[in-house]
Amino acid sequence: MAAIIDYVIVSAILLAIGIYGLTVKRNAIRMLFAIEIIVNAANLNLVAFSRNLPAPNATGQTLALFSIAIAAAEVAVGLALIIVAYRIYRDIDVKEFRSMSG
Amino acid sequence: MADPAFIAVATITVASAIIALEFREILYGAIALAISLLGIAMFFVLLDATFVAMFQIAVYVGAVIVLVIFTIMLVRREAWMAVPEGKRKIMGLIIMFITMFGLGAVFIGSGLTQWSVPENTVTFTQIGEQMLTYYSPALIAMALTLAAAVIGALVLAKVDLGAKESGRNN
Repeated sequence: MAAIIDYVIVSAILLAIGIYGLTVKRNAIRMLFAIEIIVNAANLNLVAFSRNLPAPNATGQTLALFSIAIAAAEVAVGLALIIVAYRIYRDIDVKEFRSMSG
Repeated sequence: MADPAFIAVATITVASAIIALEFREILYGAIALAISLLGIAMFFVLLDATFVAMFQIAVYVGAVIVLVIFTIMLVRREAWMAVPEGKRKIMGLIIMFITMFGLGAVFIGSGLTQWSVPENTVTFTQIGEQMLTYYSPALIAMALTLAAAVIGALVLAKVDLGAKESGRNN
């Protein structure tokens, strides 16, 4: 059985990879991938800490379920936004989304 | 120290997360992301959270990835395959390593390393009970949020046949 520190470290690695993707990538779909990786790192933390509580407690897992559902809603809206942007700019490179910059 | 199953799942998850962001063809990137999300589901199984693992597979690998793949097929163009990253890539790598090693040092230095694993597991009946009693307002709020998100996505992606070029002006 892996200890909690292992899960927390894997979660930190995934968070770092997600932040890298958000800062470097200009493709809107790839940025969405990066957000998904970050959300999953957070969920992994929630479940890992929930498992390692001294007394049986389902709150962490319940919270993880809520988090997964909200992330799914976020992806639906994000993809709809990408489709709209593609229809307007014929591209999904975020550098091309000129009218959104100040 | 960690057991072999954990190390295998960790390797698969992290490697496919990197592939999802770095692979040139974005469709394979989406498939790599699916494998990474499956890896997270396997972590949930290792953490005795089977119900959350099933939910993760159903929602992420089943719904989100299919939605992403459909969107990629709708908007895919060869031109994005070679978008230059240049200086941003170096900056991104620096930020990544600062986050990784900074957080890693903090976690390893914290009391988490002495945390022993207790022998208790949570059954899915407990989760359901909690969700429908104490967390029922949150459940209703989440249902409304999901409905709002789906309706919002539909409204955003709807093709306005009457005014085709109006999107550019406003």
